[in-house]
Amino acid sequence: MPYKSSVPLFWRLKDAKYSLVGTKCITCNQVFFPPADFCPQCRRKGKIEKFQFSGNGEVVSYTVIRVAPEGFEKYVPYVVAIIQLDEGTRISGQIIGDINKVEIEKRVKSVFRRITEDNDQGLIHYGIKFEIVD
Amino acid sequence: MVIGIVGYGAYVPKYRITIDEIAKVWGQDAQALRKGLLVEEKSVPAMDEDTITISVEAARNALLRAGIDPIKIGALYIGSESHPYAVKSSGTIVAQALGLSTNLMVADFEFACKAGTAAMQCCYGLVKAGEIEYGLAIGADTSQGRPGDALEYTAGAGGAAYIIGKDPLAELEGTFSYTTDTTDFWRRDGEKYPSHGARFSGHPGYFTHVLSASKGLMKKLSLKVEDFDYVVLHMPNGKFPTNACKLLGFPLEKLETSLVVKRMGNCYSGSSPVGLSAVLDVAKPGNRILMTSYGSGAGSDSFSFLVTDKILERQNKAPTTENYISKKENIDYGNYVKFRGKLKL
Repeated sequence: MPYKSSVPLFWRLKDAKYSLVGTKCITCNQVFFPPADFCPQCRRKGKIEKFQFSGNGEVVSYTVIRVAPEGFEKYVPYVVAIIQLDEGTRISGQIIGDINKVEIEKRVKSVFRRITEDNDQGLIHYGIKFEIVD
Repeated sequence: MVIGIVGYGAYVPKYRITIDEIAKVWGQDAQALRKGLLVEEKSVPAMDEDTITISVEAARNALLRAGIDPIKIGALYIGSESHPYAVKSSGTIVAQALGLSTNLMVADFEFACKAGTAAMQCCYGLVKAGEIEYGLAIGADTSQGRPGDALEYTAGAGGAAYIIGKDPLAELEGTFSYTTDTTDFWRRDGEKYPSHGARFSGHPGYFTHVLSASKGLMKKLSLKVEDFDYVVLHMPNGKFPTNACKLLGFPLEKLETSLVVKRMGNCYSGSSPVGLSAVLDVAKPGNRILMTSYGSGAGSDSFSFLVTDKILERQNKAPTTENYISKKENIDYGNYVKFRGKLKL
């Protein structure tokens, strides 16, 4: 999901970005994040509902960003990881804090943080990041 | 009808900078400052933390303790002097992140360091009037202090959230406010850092208002100093509440639990609310707590809380204030300048 976005695009995605609200197919129990409107497995037999993830999970893999894209320069060096959520899907997200504490299989929980801001006059984009659970 | 605090939660960023580290940069006597302010170190928000993120984390803890459906909250008021947007309510973002109802009264409050307690009063009034079932009041700040100014040694970050409603863990027995036009500390629109009247902040600022509101509340409720087990006073530093406590006639032991300023500085609108959460973390049924805030400009809100049996089942449902204060990482002045955005890239 792009974080530097138009006002309407940001508005449409706020449930997912702020609160880790995804979707679940109640026919096959598969969960989706970002939220999917359609279950690729059950197809027309699938029934999609909103699903609240707990924000707890585990690091599957990660990388340290030292040359950041526009809007993230001040955060370097920072970690972007693939997180296996406890409820059963994987998402990518930033892990806050000391980059040396991040390891594969470490437990994480979600925190609410600023993601980026457009410029001094623009929007501030909020969302979910992750923190290593000591 | 018993109304009071149904759930509460605090949040304090993990970074700290010591008085010694700041004093070293400005050539000041750190020992004299520590002794004068009764502060050892202050909290510093990370680059991606602000009043909105602090409010969300504190309110999530309050919801965990309250154990209520967030949809039942009918009002959300956030008191702060560091709302990230000048025009665009912090409350809208916090409400969305918490999954509150869209049938919701929301406003951002500002009254220097007492906007959080003003939010608590509004929620109390609405619940008492039967307009809402629960109200969420938050006091939070990422306090500003000009580099080199006396405020830089104490201006910290943090906040606390309170859900006001029926079946409380602490009954709100009554509230009393004292307000005058006393300009001891101010920040003009568009300015980054506040200005202050130095010693004028003590008398006739802080002490006149804190003492008048506290005494007014005790008179209103026919309560005496001996009736209270804990005292929470606004903490611009450690010395002011300590002296105010003595002037009110309370023994200092009743203040000690709430004196979080020593290890996290003054988080402005979150100051007395975080002090109260530190007390609630250890309070027992039957304890009575006096809390008095202070907002420059100037005014004080005083409250009396009577802790109920419900406290025992809710205290451990979320991280305590001490969890946040003791989980810390000290940084140097260079990182402090970077984290607080004083360094322009």
